[in-house]
Amino acid sequence: MSDYVSTTNACKLCTPLGACLAFRGVEGAVPFLHGSQGCATYMRRYIISHFREPMDIASSALGEKQAIYGGGPNLKQGIANVVKKYDPKIIGVATTCLTETIGDDVPHILHELGREWGGEKPLPLLVNVSTPSYQGSHVEGFNATIKAIVDQLALETGSEIPGRVNILPGLLSPEDIRHLNEISRDFGFHATILPDYSETLDGPAKAAYETLPEGGARLGEIKEMCRAAMTIEFGRSLIGGDFAGSVIGKRSGNKTIGIGTPVGLRENDAFFGALEKTSGLKTPRPYLLDRGRLIDAYVDGHKYLFGKRAVIYGEEDLVIALASFLAETGIVPVLCATGIKSPSFKNSIESVTEGLAAERPLALDGVDFHQIKETAEKLSPDILIGNSKGYKMAREWKIPLIRVGFPVHDRFGGQRLLHVGYRGALRLYDEITNALLETKQESSSVGYGYL
Amino acid sequence: MEDGILTQRKGQIHTKGEEPFSINCDKESLAGAVSQRACVFCGSRVVLYPIADALHLVHGPVGCAAYTWDIRGALSSGPELHRLSFSTDLREKDVVFGGEDKLYRSLIELVDRYGPKAAFVYSTCIVGIIGDDLEAVCKRVEREKAIPVIPVQSEGFKGNKRAGYNAACRAMMTLVGTGDISGISTVSVNLLGDFNLAGEIWIIREYLEKMGVEVVANITGDGRVNDLRRAHGAALNVVQCSGATMDLAKMMAEKYSTPFVRASYFGIEDMAESLYRIAEFFETSSPGIMARTQELVRGEIEKLLPVIEKYKKDLKGKKAALYVGGAFKAFSLIKAFRLLGMQVVVAGSQTGTEDDYRELHEIADKGTIIVDDTNPLELVSFIKEKGVDVLVGGVKERPIAYKLGVGFCDHNHERKEALEGFVGMANFAEEIHRTVMSPVWRFVPREESL
Repeated sequence: MSDYVSTTNACKLCTPLGACLAFRGVEGAVPFLHGSQGCATYMRRYIISHFREPMDIASSALGEKQAIYGGGPNLKQGIANVVKKYDPKIIGVATTCLTETIGDDVPHILHELGREWGGEKPLPLLVNVSTPSYQGSHVEGFNATIKAIVDQLALETGSEIPGRVNILPGLLSPEDIRHLNEISRDFGFHATILPDYSETLDGPAKAAYETLPEGGARLGEIKEMCRAAMTIEFGRSLIGGDFAGSVIGKRSGNKTIGIGTPVGLRENDAFFGALEKTSGLKTPRPYLLDRGRLIDAYVDGHKYLFGKRAVIYGEEDLVIALASFLAETGIVPVLCATGIKSPSFKNSIESVTEGLAAERPLALDGVDFHQIKETAEKLSPDILIGNSKGYKMAREWKIPLIRVGFPVHDRFGGQRLLHVGYRGALRLYDEITNALLETKQESSSVGYGYL
Repeated sequence: MEDGILTQRKGQIHTKGEEPFSINCDKESLAGAVSQRACVFCGSRVVLYPIADALHLVHGPVGCAAYTWDIRGALSSGPELHRLSFSTDLREKDVVFGGEDKLYRSLIELVDRYGPKAAFVYSTCIVGIIGDDLEAVCKRVEREKAIPVIPVQSEGFKGNKRAGYNAACRAMMTLVGTGDISGISTVSVNLLGDFNLAGEIWIIREYLEKMGVEVVANITGDGRVNDLRRAHGAALNVVQCSGATMDLAKMMAEKYSTPFVRASYFGIEDMAESLYRIAEFFETSSPGIMARTQELVRGEIEKLLPVIEKYKKDLKGKKAALYVGGAFKAFSLIKAFRLLGMQVVVAGSQTGTEDDYRELHEIADKGTIIVDDTNPLELVSFIKEKGVDVLVGGVKERPIAYKLGVGFCDHNHERKEALEGFVGMANFAEEIHRTVMSPVWRFVPREESL
């Protein structure tokens, strides 16, 4: 692969976007970007086009004067206005490249605001996170925000709350979060899932317009996170690192388990295994049936998939999880790519595909779509798996694109894509197999009616 | 109407008939108000974006480029370089040590790779702070690569979206006047402020062709660098979407004495009026042009009226709210809705000027709420108060309408349906009908009071 100075068609988004998504998964929260007005508006538009839900992000809307003299007054005024209009329980303040570069000390400004506050309504909880867009990507922004929420709010320590577990799922879909909730419930747990935007970013039609959407991880529960029996943190890239899971671990002495995002058979076995161990219960029968059906499907479809060549791209942990899953099916993930710079990416891909993939996958981190295309072209892929951004390649090469992750803005229902659980794997398996069958059917002159 | 409106925002909202006209506008968005507006960069980027054979490099961290990747439905009949997203993806060390070297090397790399006819280099917030000398880098690359390399001073925080329009116009002005204008007809125009969304500029060009008018430069829909360079050879500038490109028209009027007329291609009245205005201008240089234009308009209206009548039966008496980028579009939409038997009860824009809003006030019905730079909660309260059936806006406004259980029409830059020209009016009527008359609204839960 060639190295380039410039970035063409980035395979990542900027850091504060991840912060906004994470804050949206907290009950009664308004995400607030300390920066110029455009950042909030661009990110709102981007997020809305995937979730098709209102996504209000406030901004301190800095102008030239504030960029010179400091954005503190605007930040304070902005928060006061958000309180007046939204009456939120919490405001999540994330910085941007502008306010990081001018050197605004946000914790200090918020502290001052707390002292000076004379609003009619009480000042809500304020959580702040540093998310300069010149550091990392939306994934780092997301992870930093989850960590900041835990660090600043999960302060209660004390006796363990029976049946309580924490799940830190990373950037998954609302449908995924709902499924995780269901699984935990069926194990007899009450799970605090952070973030939980299963309702806030995929809400029902309601009689009254909600200033703030209902749902989100409960504030009371977030405060108690260090009293849970166990914390499960998804994402192989986070294992052993300093993220929200380790904050809870250190503060509580409780066990934090880091596992891969549960996509496919083995990563789900690890997830369900962790739940079995903590609950002392066997996996409930419906999930065992799902598992059995997944293996049954692997068998029924194996000849359609064996040796097919897939290119996977997107957020690091989802790509690793998908590579693990595809390798189980006989599909060769010939190229695994992420826009995020990560020294551990290559090892992770190797370890999840080892002994299964007929060919060693090429793993590229810190790449853009120009590089992905340039590399993938030489690998003659049969299928692409990733977000909507790969559509141009799929169109050019006339191969299917299986849309997963974020953003999906050229299809309907991105918020309801299920990736996790045995059931998520089964759904993905059906979709991938059918896409390959369709290609075969369409490219055949016979027009087979049975496949 | 008092619900959800911040005191500092009250001057930016006016209800016709309640008080003498006055509105506060063209100011920076209020902190914490959740404005629907973007920034200076956005203003520049939307205007220059459709120039299809230019390289558009965003100098800054990756977000500004990522969020504007293939975002507009601005079509090109040829090259599609504008549909790619280029960024210098500034990192922390660039912020500390300066991004000029990375910018220089990025430009060289991309110019070599794509061979563009020109390059626009957009400055973002952070570049304005770290003080990279954009102009010097651009000049150097221009010298080395022998193509125009134009800095666009679009630091996000240096004003609002209008300032971005102005920066874009200044950037384009550096190209105008550098091309050969021999062979250009005396009956010729530039089309300013049309972005060829869903192929709209092609509709307008076809009308002009039938009238016998040459189009020199599309500014900027389906735009080309070389056409811009020759734009000063056109006899007339026809300016739509006045906010975005009026500055360029004024600069050209001053420097090249090119006169301009305003136009709008939405709705029957404004579409016809715009063509007549052009015909009028060329009456002496192109005898018979008025008759040709009248014939064209007559033919188109004859085709269109039965379609309108069909939809009007269902739509009569329904109410619409508008929230659009530029106020000028709102004038046409009010008239277009009247044609469908509908009434506009809320009309607002992100970037209107006082004159725009005064004009809007003139043509609006009594009781219409006129608003500058609004936000989701205000829109919600206006829509509820007025009992609106359909909201016209962009992607950010869509979920507001849907959550309130009212129809929606995308009239913004992501639209996939051509809404300009006579055929566009038919599409518009069809789309409004499709959303207003859908059976789904019957199942949406409603508040008791409504």
